[in-house]
Amino acid sequence: MKTQINVCINGQERTDEVESRLLLIHYLREVVGLKGPHIGCETSICGACTVALNGKTVKSCALLAVQADGQDIVTVEGLATDGQLHPVQEAFWNEHGLQCGFCTPGMLMTTRELIERNPDPTDEEIRHGLEGNLCRCTGYQHIVNAVKSAAAKVGG
Amino acid sequence: MIPQEFNYSRPGTVQEAVDLLADHDAKVLAGGMSLIPLMKLRLSAPEHVVDLGRIPDLSRITENEGSLHLGALLTHHQVATSALVQEKCPLIAETAAHIGDAQVRNMGTLGGSAAHADPAADYPAALCALEAKVRLVRKDSERVVDIGDFFVDALTTAVEPEEIITELILPVEEAGTGVSYQKLRQPASGFAIVGVAARIRRDGGRIAMARVGVTGLAASAYRAAGVEALLEGSEGSQADVAGASAAVDEGIEAISDLHASSDYRRHVARVYTARAILAAL
Ligand SMILES: Cc1cc2nc3c(=O)[nH]c(=O)nc-3n(C[C@H](O)[C@H](O)[C@H](O)COP(=O)(O)OP(=O)(O)OC[C@H]3O[C@@H](n4cnc5c(N)ncnc54)[C@H](O)[C@@H]3O)c2cc1C
Ligand code: FES
Ligand code: FES
Repeated sequence: MKTQINVCINGQERTDEVESRLLLIHYLREVVGLKGPHIGCETSICGACTVALNGKTVKSCALLAVQADGQDIVTVEGLATDGQLHPVQEAFWNEHGLQCGFCTPGMLMTTRELIERNPDPTDEEIRHGLEGNLCRCTGYQHIVNAVKSAAAKVGG
Repeated sequence: MIPQEFNYSRPGTVQEAVDLLADHDAKVLAGGMSLIPLMKLRLSAPEHVVDLGRIPDLSRITENEGSLHLGALLTHHQVATSALVQEKCPLIAETAAHIGDAQVRNMGTLGGSAAHADPAADYPAALCALEAKVRLVRKDSERVVDIGDFFVDALTTAVEPEEIITELILPVEEAGTGVSYQKLRQPASGFAIVGVAARIRRDGGRIAMARVGVTGLAASAYRAAGVEALLEGSEGSQADVAGASAAVDEGIEAISDLHASSDYRRHVARVYTARAILAAL
Protein backbone atom coordinates (compact mmCIF):
# COMPACT_ATOMS: atom_id res chain seq x y z
CA MET A 1 0.00 0.00 0.00
CA LYS A 2 1.34 3.41 -1.01
CA THR A 3 0.61 6.61 0.82
CA GLN A 4 1.38 10.18 -0.13
CA ILE A 5 3.43 12.08 2.41
CA ASN A 6 4.24 15.79 2.64
CA VAL A 7 7.26 16.65 4.71
CA CYS A 8 9.53 19.60 5.26
CA ILE A 9 13.16 18.41 5.31
CA ASN A 10 15.86 20.89 6.28
CA GLY A 11 13.51 23.71 5.31
CA GLN A 12 12.41 22.23 1.97
CA GLU A 13 8.91 20.95 1.32
CA ARG A 14 8.57 17.62 -0.49
CA THR A 15 5.84 15.26 -1.52
CA ASP A 16 6.48 11.57 -2.10
CA GLU A 17 4.52 8.38 -2.60
CA VAL A 18 5.90 5.81 -0.19
CA GLU A 19 5.10 2.28 0.87
CA SER A 20 3.63 2.31 4.36
CA ARG A 21 6.35 -0.06 5.53
CA LEU A 22 9.21 2.19 4.38
CA LEU A 23 11.37 3.16 7.37
CA LEU A 24 12.16 6.84 7.79
CA ILE A 25 15.91 6.18 7.56
CA HIS A 26 15.50 4.42 4.21
CA TYR A 27 13.26 7.22 2.99
CA LEU A 28 15.84 9.86 3.94
CA ARG A 29 18.83 8.02 2.52
CA GLU A 30 17.37 6.34 -0.55
CA VAL A 31 14.42 8.46 -1.64
CA VAL A 32 15.57 11.93 -0.56
CA GLY A 33 19.28 11.15 -1.00
CA LEU A 34 20.45 12.47 2.35
CA LYS A 35 23.31 10.22 3.44
CA GLY A 36 24.05 12.12 6.65
CA PRO A 37 21.85 9.98 8.90
CA HIS A 38 23.75 6.69 9.09
CA ILE A 39 22.59 3.12 9.54
CA GLY A 40 24.69 1.63 12.32
CA CYS A 41 22.68 -1.17 13.84
CA GLU A 42 19.24 -0.92 12.27
CA THR A 43 17.93 -2.23 15.59
CA SER A 44 17.19 1.09 17.37
CA ILE A 45 20.22 0.86 19.66
CA CYS A 46 23.14 2.86 18.23
CA GLY A 47 21.62 6.25 17.44
CA ALA A 48 23.63 6.82 14.23
CA CYS A 49 20.32 7.37 12.41
CA THR A 50 19.14 10.10 14.80
CA VAL A 51 17.27 13.02 13.21
CA ALA A 52 14.97 15.70 14.62
CA LEU A 53 11.25 15.26 14.01
CA ASN A 54 9.41 18.46 14.92
CA GLY A 55 12.43 19.40 16.99
CA LYS A 56 12.57 16.12 18.96
CA THR A 57 15.40 13.71 18.31
CA VAL A 58 14.28 10.28 17.18
CA LYS A 59 15.92 7.15 15.81
CA SER A 60 14.82 7.17 12.20
CA CYS A 61 15.32 3.40 11.85
CA ALA A 62 12.49 2.90 14.37
CA LEU A 63 9.99 5.15 12.61
CA LEU A 64 7.94 4.74 9.46
CA ALA A 65 8.17 7.44 6.82
CA VAL A 66 4.37 7.71 6.95
CA GLN A 67 4.58 8.74 10.61
CA ALA A 68 6.51 11.82 9.48
CA ASP A 69 3.72 12.95 7.14
CA GLY A 70 2.98 16.64 7.67
CA GLN A 71 5.98 17.07 9.97
CA ASP A 72 9.24 18.91 10.01
CA ILE A 73 12.49 16.93 9.77
CA VAL A 74 16.02 18.17 10.35
CA THR A 75 18.98 15.94 9.50
CA VAL A 76 22.65 16.66 10.12
CA GLU A 77 22.74 18.29 6.68
CA GLY A 78 20.36 20.93 8.01
CA LEU A 79 22.52 22.03 10.93
CA ALA A 80 24.91 24.39 9.15
CA THR A 81 23.45 27.60 7.76
CA ASP A 82 24.98 29.65 4.95
CA GLY A 83 28.22 27.71 5.09
CA GLN A 84 28.55 28.42 8.82
CA LEU A 85 28.89 25.37 11.04
CA HIS A 86 26.32 25.04 13.80
CA PRO A 87 27.89 25.72 17.24
CA VAL A 88 27.52 22.03 18.08
CA GLN A 89 29.45 21.05 14.94
CA GLU A 90 32.11 23.61 15.70
CA ALA A 91 32.49 22.30 19.25
CA PHE A 92 32.92 18.70 18.03
CA TRP A 93 35.54 19.94 15.57
CA ASN A 94 37.45 21.96 18.17
CA GLU A 95 37.32 19.35 20.92
CA HIS A 96 38.09 16.35 18.67
CA GLY A 97 34.68 14.88 19.48
CA LEU A 98 35.07 12.33 16.68
CA GLN A 99 37.50 9.92 15.13
CA CYS A 100 35.98 7.89 12.29
CA GLY A 101 32.89 10.10 12.31
CA PHE A 102 30.35 7.33 11.82
CA CYS A 103 28.43 8.12 15.01
CA THR A 104 28.82 11.88 14.59
CA PRO A 105 25.62 12.81 12.72
CA GLY A 106 23.60 11.20 15.49
CA MET A 107 25.77 12.64 18.25
CA LEU A 108 25.35 16.13 16.82
CA MET A 109 21.57 15.84 16.58
CA THR A 110 21.21 14.46 20.10
CA THR A 111 23.59 17.08 21.49
CA ARG A 112 21.59 19.86 19.92
CA GLU A 113 18.47 18.76 21.80
CA LEU A 114 20.40 17.97 24.98
CA ILE A 115 21.78 21.49 25.38
CA GLU A 116 18.49 23.03 24.35
CA ARG A 117 16.80 21.20 27.23
CA ASN A 118 19.67 21.62 29.65
CA PRO A 119 21.87 24.61 28.81
CA ASP A 120 24.46 23.86 31.50
CA PRO A 121 24.77 20.06 31.76
CA THR A 122 27.13 18.22 34.10
CA ASP A 123 29.34 15.41 32.80
CA GLU A 124 26.92 12.91 34.26
CA GLU A 125 23.92 14.57 32.63
CA ILE A 126 25.74 14.57 29.29
CA ARG A 127 26.53 10.87 29.53
CA HIS A 128 22.92 10.14 30.53
CA GLY A 129 21.65 12.32 27.67
CA LEU A 130 23.80 10.49 25.11
CA GLU A 131 22.87 6.97 26.28
CA GLY A 132 21.09 6.37 22.97
CA ASN A 133 24.18 7.12 20.89
CA LEU A 134 27.04 4.66 20.72
CA CYS A 135 30.60 5.53 19.67
CA ARG A 136 33.13 2.83 18.87
CA CYS A 137 36.16 5.13 18.66
CA THR A 138 36.45 8.00 21.06
CA GLY A 139 35.80 6.46 24.47
CA TYR A 140 33.32 9.33 24.89
CA GLN A 141 35.54 11.71 26.88
CA HIS A 142 36.15 14.05 23.96
CA ILE A 143 32.47 13.90 23.10
CA VAL A 144 31.57 14.97 26.64
CA ASN A 145 34.09 17.82 26.31
CA ALA A 146 32.56 18.83 22.99
CA VAL A 147 29.04 18.88 24.43
CA LYS A 148 30.22 21.06 27.31
CA SER A 149 31.96 23.42 24.94
CA ALA A 150 28.87 23.58 22.71
CA ALA A 151 26.67 24.33 25.72
CA ALA A 152 28.99 27.13 26.82
CA LYS A 153 29.03 28.57 23.32
CA VAL A 154 25.25 28.45 22.84
CA GLY A 155 24.50 29.62 26.37
CA GLY A 156 27.15 32.30 26.46
CA MET B 1 15.10 -5.46 8.37
CA ILE B 2 12.00 -4.26 6.56
CA PRO B 3 8.51 -4.91 7.90
CA GLN B 4 6.04 -7.01 5.96
CA GLU B 5 3.58 -4.97 3.91
CA PHE B 6 0.54 -3.62 5.70
CA ASN B 7 -2.28 -1.15 5.25
CA TYR B 8 -1.91 2.04 7.21
CA SER B 9 -4.56 4.29 8.74
CA ARG B 10 -4.14 7.37 10.82
CA PRO B 11 -7.41 8.24 12.56
CA GLY B 12 -7.90 11.70 14.04
CA THR B 13 -10.23 10.71 16.88
CA VAL B 14 -10.64 7.84 19.34
CA GLN B 15 -14.00 6.98 17.76
CA GLU B 16 -12.44 6.63 14.30
CA ALA B 17 -9.68 4.48 15.78
CA VAL B 18 -11.99 2.03 17.53
CA ASP B 19 -14.26 1.87 14.45
CA LEU B 20 -11.22 0.81 12.42
CA LEU B 21 -10.28 -1.79 15.03
CA ALA B 22 -13.80 -3.18 15.02
CA ASP B 23 -13.76 -3.63 11.24
CA HIS B 24 -10.19 -4.81 10.61
CA ASP B 25 -7.75 -7.32 11.98
CA ALA B 26 -5.46 -4.46 12.96
CA LYS B 27 -2.65 -3.59 15.31
CA VAL B 28 -2.39 -0.26 17.08
CA LEU B 29 0.76 1.85 16.64
CA ALA B 30 1.66 4.43 19.29
CA GLY B 31 5.32 5.49 19.60
CA GLY B 32 6.46 2.39 17.73
CA MET B 33 9.45 1.84 20.02
CA SER B 34 8.42 -1.76 20.66
CA LEU B 35 6.14 -2.51 17.73
CA ILE B 36 8.35 -1.29 14.85
CA PRO B 37 11.43 -3.27 15.99
CA LEU B 38 9.19 -6.36 16.25
CA MET B 39 7.75 -5.73 12.79
CA LYS B 40 11.26 -5.32 11.36
CA LEU B 41 12.16 -8.72 12.80
CA ARG B 42 8.80 -9.99 11.47
CA LEU B 43 7.95 -11.27 14.91
CA SER B 44 4.89 -9.12 14.39
CA ALA B 45 3.35 -8.92 10.93
CA PRO B 46 0.02 -7.10 11.16
CA GLU B 47 -2.09 -6.73 8.01
CA HIS B 48 -3.32 -3.34 9.11
CA VAL B 49 -1.71 -0.73 11.33
CA VAL B 50 -3.80 1.94 13.03
CA ASP B 51 -1.54 4.85 14.01
CA LEU B 52 -2.82 6.65 17.11
CA GLY B 53 -0.07 9.28 16.81
CA ARG B 54 -2.35 12.12 15.72
CA ILE B 55 -5.17 11.86 18.25
CA PRO B 56 -4.73 14.96 20.42
CA ASP B 57 -7.26 13.76 23.03
CA LEU B 58 -4.89 10.96 24.01
CA SER B 59 -2.13 13.29 25.21
CA ARG B 60 -4.05 15.09 27.94
CA ILE B 61 -3.07 15.42 31.59
CA THR B 62 -6.00 16.23 33.88
CA GLU B 63 -6.63 16.18 37.61
CA ASN B 64 -10.03 15.16 38.86
CA GLU B 65 -11.19 14.40 42.43
CA GLY B 66 -7.93 13.08 43.79
CA SER B 67 -6.94 11.30 40.58
CA LEU B 68 -4.52 12.17 37.85
CA HIS B 69 -5.62 11.11 34.38
CA LEU B 70 -2.73 10.56 31.99
CA GLY B 71 -3.51 10.12 28.29
CA ALA B 72 -2.13 6.92 26.79
CA LEU B 73 -0.17 8.78 24.11
CA LEU B 74 1.91 10.87 26.53
CA THR B 75 5.55 10.21 25.77
CA HIS B 76 7.98 9.13 28.46
CA HIS B 77 9.62 12.56 28.08
CA GLN B 78 6.32 14.36 28.65
CA VAL B 79 5.52 12.28 31.74
CA ALA B 80 9.03 12.78 33.13
CA THR B 81 9.06 16.54 32.65
CA SER B 82 5.45 17.65 33.25
CA ALA B 83 5.41 19.96 36.30
CA LEU B 84 1.89 18.78 37.15
CA VAL B 85 2.85 15.10 37.06
CA GLN B 86 6.02 15.75 39.06
CA GLU B 87 3.96 17.48 41.73
CA LYS B 88 0.89 15.22 41.86
CA CYS B 89 2.36 11.83 41.11
CA PRO B 90 6.15 12.03 41.40
CA LEU B 91 6.64 8.25 41.21
CA ILE B 92 5.42 7.98 37.62
CA ALA B 93 7.54 10.99 36.55
CA GLU B 94 10.65 9.54 38.20
CA THR B 95 10.04 6.17 36.56
CA ALA B 96 9.55 7.71 33.11
CA ALA B 97 12.93 9.45 33.37
CA HIS B 98 14.59 6.02 33.83
CA ILE B 99 13.27 4.52 30.59
CA GLY B 100 15.59 3.84 27.68
CA ASP B 101 17.43 6.80 26.19
CA ALA B 102 16.50 10.33 25.10
CA GLN B 103 15.30 9.29 21.63
CA VAL B 104 13.16 6.47 23.02
CA ARG B 105 11.66 8.81 25.63
CA ASN B 106 10.72 11.25 22.84
CA MET B 107 8.66 8.61 20.99
CA GLY B 108 7.65 5.84 23.42
CA THR B 109 4.31 6.26 25.20
CA LEU B 110 2.78 5.40 28.56
CA GLY B 111 -0.08 3.43 27.01
CA GLY B 112 2.27 1.64 24.63
CA SER B 113 4.55 0.51 27.42
CA ALA B 114 1.58 -0.72 29.47
CA ALA B 115 0.05 -2.53 26.49
CA HIS B 116 3.33 -4.11 25.46
CA ALA B 117 3.88 -5.49 29.00
CA ASP B 118 7.52 -6.34 28.56
CA PRO B 119 8.61 -8.23 31.71
CA ALA B 120 11.62 -5.86 31.96
CA ALA B 121 9.75 -2.58 31.35
CA ASP B 122 9.92 0.14 33.99
CA TYR B 123 6.42 1.63 34.09
CA PRO B 124 4.67 -1.57 35.22
CA ALA B 125 6.44 -1.47 38.63
CA ALA B 126 5.20 2.07 39.27
CA LEU B 127 1.72 1.31 37.91
CA CYS B 128 1.42 -1.62 40.36
CA ALA B 129 2.66 0.44 43.33
CA LEU B 130 0.20 3.18 42.36
CA GLU B 131 -2.74 0.76 42.02
CA ALA B 132 -3.39 2.37 38.65
CA LYS B 133 -6.58 1.91 36.67
CA VAL B 134 -6.59 1.52 32.91
CA ARG B 135 -9.41 2.85 30.72
CA LEU B 136 -10.08 0.64 27.71
CA VAL B 137 -12.37 1.81 24.93
CA ARG B 138 -13.92 -0.19 22.10
CA LYS B 139 -16.52 0.64 19.46
CA ASP B 140 -19.63 0.70 21.60
CA SER B 141 -18.43 0.51 25.16
CA GLU B 142 -15.65 1.13 27.59
CA ARG B 143 -14.36 -0.37 30.83
CA VAL B 144 -11.87 0.44 33.55
CA VAL B 145 -9.54 -2.36 34.63
CA ASP B 146 -7.53 -2.48 37.87
CA ILE B 147 -3.82 -2.88 37.29
CA GLY B 148 -3.93 -6.13 39.31
CA ASP B 149 -6.13 -7.61 36.57
CA PHE B 150 -4.32 -5.89 33.70
CA PHE B 151 -0.92 -7.59 33.48
CA VAL B 152 -1.69 -11.22 32.66
CA ASP B 153 1.66 -12.66 31.59
CA ALA B 154 4.80 -11.67 29.68
CA LEU B 155 3.68 -9.49 26.74
CA THR B 156 0.05 -10.26 27.60
CA THR B 157 -2.52 -7.91 29.10
CA ALA B 158 -6.27 -7.59 29.48
CA VAL B 159 -6.44 -5.41 26.34
CA GLU B 160 -8.61 -7.06 23.66
CA PRO B 161 -7.61 -6.68 19.99
CA GLU B 162 -10.47 -4.28 19.27
CA GLU B 163 -9.75 -2.12 22.34
CA ILE B 164 -7.41 0.78 22.90
CA ILE B 165 -6.07 2.18 26.14
CA THR B 166 -7.16 5.81 26.31
CA GLU B 167 -5.81 6.76 29.72
CA LEU B 168 -4.21 5.61 32.94
CA ILE B 169 -5.75 6.81 36.17
CA LEU B 170 -3.34 7.34 39.06
CA PRO B 171 -3.84 8.62 42.60
CA VAL B 172 -2.77 12.14 43.47
CA GLU B 173 -0.14 11.51 46.12
CA GLU B 174 -1.16 12.57 49.65
CA ALA B 175 1.14 14.95 51.47
CA GLY B 176 3.79 13.09 53.44
CA THR B 177 4.05 10.16 51.04
CA GLY B 178 7.59 9.38 49.93
CA VAL B 179 8.24 7.58 46.65
CA SER B 180 11.18 6.03 44.83
CA TYR B 181 11.96 3.88 41.82
CA GLN B 182 15.21 1.90 41.98
CA LYS B 183 16.41 -0.10 39.03
CA LEU B 184 19.33 -2.27 38.07
CA ARG B 185 19.76 -1.31 34.44
CA GLN B 186 20.80 -3.77 31.77
CA PRO B 187 23.73 -1.73 30.45
CA ALA B 188 23.16 -2.30 26.73
CA SER B 189 19.40 -1.87 26.42
CA GLY B 190 18.59 0.18 29.50
CA PHE B 191 15.75 -2.19 30.42
CA ALA B 192 15.41 -3.29 34.05
CA ILE B 193 17.06 -6.50 35.23
CA VAL B 194 14.94 -5.75 38.28
CA GLY B 195 13.13 -2.51 39.12
CA VAL B 196 11.28 -1.71 42.34
CA ALA B 197 8.83 1.15 42.91
CA ALA B 198 7.88 2.09 46.46
CA ARG B 199 5.37 4.49 48.05
CA ILE B 200 5.52 4.92 51.80
CA ARG B 201 3.48 7.13 54.14
CA ARG B 202 4.34 7.53 57.79
CA ASP B 203 1.93 8.52 60.51
CA GLY B 204 3.03 9.11 64.10
CA GLY B 205 6.38 7.34 63.77
CA ARG B 206 4.93 4.26 62.11
CA ILE B 207 4.43 3.29 58.49
CA ALA B 208 0.74 3.80 57.74
CA MET B 209 0.82 2.84 54.06
CA ALA B 210 3.31 0.86 51.99
CA ARG B 211 2.97 -0.05 48.31
CA VAL B 212 5.69 -1.91 46.47
CA GLY B 213 5.65 -2.80 42.75
CA VAL B 214 8.25 -5.04 41.14
CA THR B 215 9.28 -5.45 37.50
CA GLY B 216 11.87 -7.72 35.89
CA LEU B 217 11.71 -10.52 38.44
CA ALA B 218 8.64 -12.38 37.20
CA ALA B 219 6.91 -12.76 33.83
CA SER B 220 4.69 -9.83 34.78
CA ALA B 221 5.03 -6.94 37.17
CA TYR B 222 3.28 -7.44 40.52
CA ARG B 223 2.58 -5.85 43.89
CA ALA B 224 4.69 -7.35 46.66
CA ALA B 225 1.87 -7.75 49.17
CA GLY B 226 4.09 -9.64 51.64
CA VAL B 227 6.56 -6.77 51.83
CA GLU B 228 3.77 -4.23 52.23
CA ALA B 229 2.12 -6.19 55.09
CA LEU B 230 5.41 -6.48 56.99
CA LEU B 231 6.14 -2.78 56.61
CA GLU B 232 2.75 -1.40 57.57
CA GLY B 233 2.61 -0.78 61.30
CA SER B 234 6.38 -1.09 61.70
CA GLU B 235 8.66 1.81 62.61
CA GLY B 236 10.53 1.46 59.36
CA SER B 237 13.91 0.81 60.98
CA GLN B 238 16.78 -0.60 58.91
CA ALA B 239 15.99 -4.02 60.38
CA ASP B 240 12.27 -3.70 59.58
CA VAL B 241 13.10 -2.77 55.98
CA ALA B 242 15.61 -5.61 55.56
CA GLY B 243 13.14 -8.11 57.03
CA ALA B 244 10.28 -6.94 54.85
CA SER B 245 12.39 -6.80 51.66
CA ALA B 246 13.31 -10.46 52.05
CA ALA B 247 9.67 -11.26 51.27
CA VAL B 248 9.72 -9.64 47.81
CA ASP B 249 10.12 -12.90 45.90
CA GLU B 250 7.78 -14.99 48.08
CA GLY B 251 5.70 -17.27 45.87
CA ILE B 252 7.23 -15.77 42.73
CA GLU B 253 8.62 -17.78 39.85
CA ALA B 254 11.73 -15.74 38.99
CA ILE B 255 12.72 -15.52 35.34
CA SER B 256 16.15 -16.46 34.09
CA ASP B 257 17.82 -15.29 30.88
CA LEU B 258 21.27 -14.55 29.49
CA HIS B 259 21.45 -11.30 31.45
CA ALA B 260 20.68 -12.71 34.88
CA SER B 261 19.91 -16.07 36.47
CA SER B 262 16.80 -16.45 38.60
CA ASP B 263 18.86 -16.67 41.82
CA TYR B 264 20.73 -13.50 40.97
CA ARG B 265 17.47 -11.74 40.13
CA ARG B 266 15.95 -12.77 43.48
CA HIS B 267 18.97 -11.37 45.28
CA VAL B 268 18.90 -8.11 43.32
CA ALA B 269 15.16 -7.81 43.98
CA ARG B 270 15.70 -7.96 47.76
CA VAL B 271 18.51 -5.41 47.63
CA TYR B 272 16.63 -3.00 45.37
CA THR B 273 13.42 -3.37 47.37
CA ALA B 274 15.28 -2.26 50.49
CA ARG B 275 16.87 0.62 48.56
CA ALA B 276 13.56 1.80 47.17
CA ILE B 277 11.86 1.66 50.59
CA LEU B 278 14.71 3.48 52.33
CA ALA B 279 14.75 6.14 49.63
CA ALA B 280 10.99 6.59 49.94
CA LEU B 281 10.99 6.75 53.77
C1 LIG C 1 16.57 1.20 22.45
C2 LIG C 1 15.36 1.01 23.31
C3 LIG C 1 15.52 1.01 24.69
C4 LIG C 1 14.41 0.84 25.51
N1 LIG C 1 14.61 0.86 26.86
C5 LIG C 1 13.57 0.71 27.68
C6 LIG C 1 13.74 0.75 29.10
O1 LIG C 1 14.82 0.95 29.62
N2 LIG C 1 12.64 0.57 29.87
C7 LIG C 1 11.40 0.38 29.35
O2 LIG C 1 10.45 0.25 30.09
N3 LIG C 1 11.20 0.35 28.02
C8 LIG C 1 12.24 0.52 27.18
N4 LIG C 1 12.03 0.50 25.82
C9 LIG C 1 10.65 0.27 25.29
C10 LIG C 1 9.91 1.58 25.18
O3 LIG C 1 9.62 2.09 26.47
C11 LIG C 1 8.61 1.53 24.37
O4 LIG C 1 8.32 2.84 24.09
C12 LIG C 1 7.36 1.02 24.99
O5 LIG C 1 7.57 -0.27 25.43
C13 LIG C 1 6.24 0.94 23.96
O6 LIG C 1 5.57 2.15 23.80
P1 LIG C 1 5.24 2.69 22.34
O7 LIG C 1 4.40 3.88 22.50
O8 LIG C 1 6.50 2.86 21.61
O9 LIG C 1 4.35 1.51 21.78
P2 LIG C 1 4.34 0.77 20.36
O10 LIG C 1 5.65 0.20 20.06
O11 LIG C 1 3.72 1.66 19.35
O12 LIG C 1 3.32 -0.39 20.70
C14 LIG C 1 3.67 -1.44 21.59
C15 LIG C 1 2.48 -2.39 21.73
O13 LIG C 1 1.42 -1.78 22.45
C16 LIG C 1 0.25 -1.68 21.66
N5 LIG C 1 -0.32 -0.36 21.97
C17 LIG C 1 0.36 0.83 21.93
N6 LIG C 1 -0.44 1.82 22.36
C18 LIG C 1 -1.63 1.26 22.66
C19 LIG C 1 -2.87 1.78 23.17
N7 LIG C 1 -3.03 3.07 23.47
N8 LIG C 1 -3.89 0.92 23.37
C20 LIG C 1 -3.73 -0.39 23.10
N9 LIG C 1 -2.59 -0.95 22.63
C21 LIG C 1 -1.55 -0.13 22.42
C22 LIG C 1 0.70 -1.87 20.23
O14 LIG C 1 -0.32 -2.43 19.43
C23 LIG C 1 1.87 -2.81 20.41
O15 LIG C 1 1.42 -4.13 20.55
C24 LIG C 1 13.11 0.66 24.96
C25 LIG C 1 12.95 0.66 23.58
C26 LIG C 1 14.05 0.84 22.75
C27 LIG C 1 13.85 0.85 21.26
S1 FES D 1 20.66 2.55 12.95
FE1 FES D 1 19.02 3.43 14.05
S2 FES D 1 19.64 3.18 16.09
FE2 FES D 1 21.23 2.17 15.02
S1 FES E 1 33.88 8.46 16.05
FE1 FES E 1 33.89 6.45 15.25
S2 FES E 1 32.05 5.65 16.06
FE2 FES E 1 32.19 7.53 17.06
